[in-house]
Amino acid sequence: MILLRLYWEFFKTGLFAIGGGMATVPFLQEMGARTGWFTGQMLADMIAVSESTPGPIGVNMATYVGWTTAGLPGGVLATLGLITPSFLVILLVARVLAAFQSNKTLDRAFYGMRPASTGLIAAAGVAVLRIVMLDEAAFAETGAVSALLNWRALALFAVIWVLTNLVPKVKTWHPVVFIALSAAAGIAVGGI
Amino acid sequence: MKREENKPRLRELGELFWTFARVGALTFGGGYAMLPILQREVVERKGWAADEELTDYYAIGQCTPGVIAVNTATFIGRKQAGVAGAAAATLGVVFPSLVIITAIAALLSGFAEVPAVKHAFSGIRVCVCVLILNAVVKLWKKTVVDLPTLLIFLAVLVLSVCTKLSPVIFVLCAAALGIAVKALEGRRGV
Repeated sequence: MILLRLYWEFFKTGLFAIGGGMATVPFLQEMGARTGWFTGQMLADMIAVSESTPGPIGVNMATYVGWTTAGLPGGVLATLGLITPSFLVILLVARVLAAFQSNKTLDRAFYGMRPASTGLIAAAGVAVLRIVMLDEAAFAETGAVSALLNWRALALFAVIWVLTNLVPKVKTWHPVVFIALSAAAGIAVGGI
Repeated sequence: MKREENKPRLRELGELFWTFARVGALTFGGGYAMLPILQREVVERKGWAADEELTDYYAIGQCTPGVIAVNTATFIGRKQAGVAGAAAATLGVVFPSLVIITAIAALLSGFAEVPAVKHAFSGIRVCVCVLILNAVVKLWKKTVVDLPTLLIFLAVLVLSVCTKLSPVIFVLCAAALGIAVKALEGRRGV
């Protein structure tokens, strides 16, 4: 039953992805590799769409993955799966709010989990980088390092990185602007 | 907690649903991007929560599982109208995503083979790499605060690149490590 599996997979993601935003990405990557529901490249496209549309990124990702896997019911079930753990946990926490806020053990657990979540997202980034920046098939064929690297992608990466980190004012622009710029660049050079 | 009327009215639930649907539709990116919108819609317009309460909800959202936007909606919905209110607000905040993403996914799947769309996405994927890198750097500054957290970060990064272990395992082990490290520090009186 694919709908039940979708619900369950996203339930797990909602339960263990700490911190919101990109935190769901490593879980989705592992999910795609294990189930074969979507590829790493499709995941990168979904991240782009989720960043450029309204709504929390995690929720957008769940809807998109669910839709890709099993149509509209899939989108609904994946989204419900993602939010069920939050919903239940918050209902519990709201009852014992004061105790929760001063619980030492929880504090200590999150002290350890937060850097782990950052590490997981970094690893997911490495995987996306490999797909986008490296042409491993060409490298296996020719053995030349120059064939391994996708030079156009590297150049665009450098430009976007500088724009989003170093240029005053520009770096505060919304990500959707940079996504649009990159799309235009991709069309202009006929594929990166 | 003790409400004068036992049954929250349908109108109240509808209001919660639509207010949070607006919040969802007006937010790009979730998390902190949502705070100013919540302040306007929920604090100023509706008076459902004070600014300080919002900050508390955010802090708790940071250290509970799941999407922060959803956590905050559940909190405020529950406070206004109990469990039914929590459900109405939570479903409201994800409703725009469901509609918008489904429409875009349907549209894109029809155009996926058009060369211009393919080329556009080949550029967009590069941008996604930069966005992930930027997100990691930002999170790094907030979450890697001393030697133990640095070691946890590095261990998780290396192990999850090199192995196929589930992220769940890393999160659970890191929680245990966090508890152990802090307990040891406490005993040594650091």
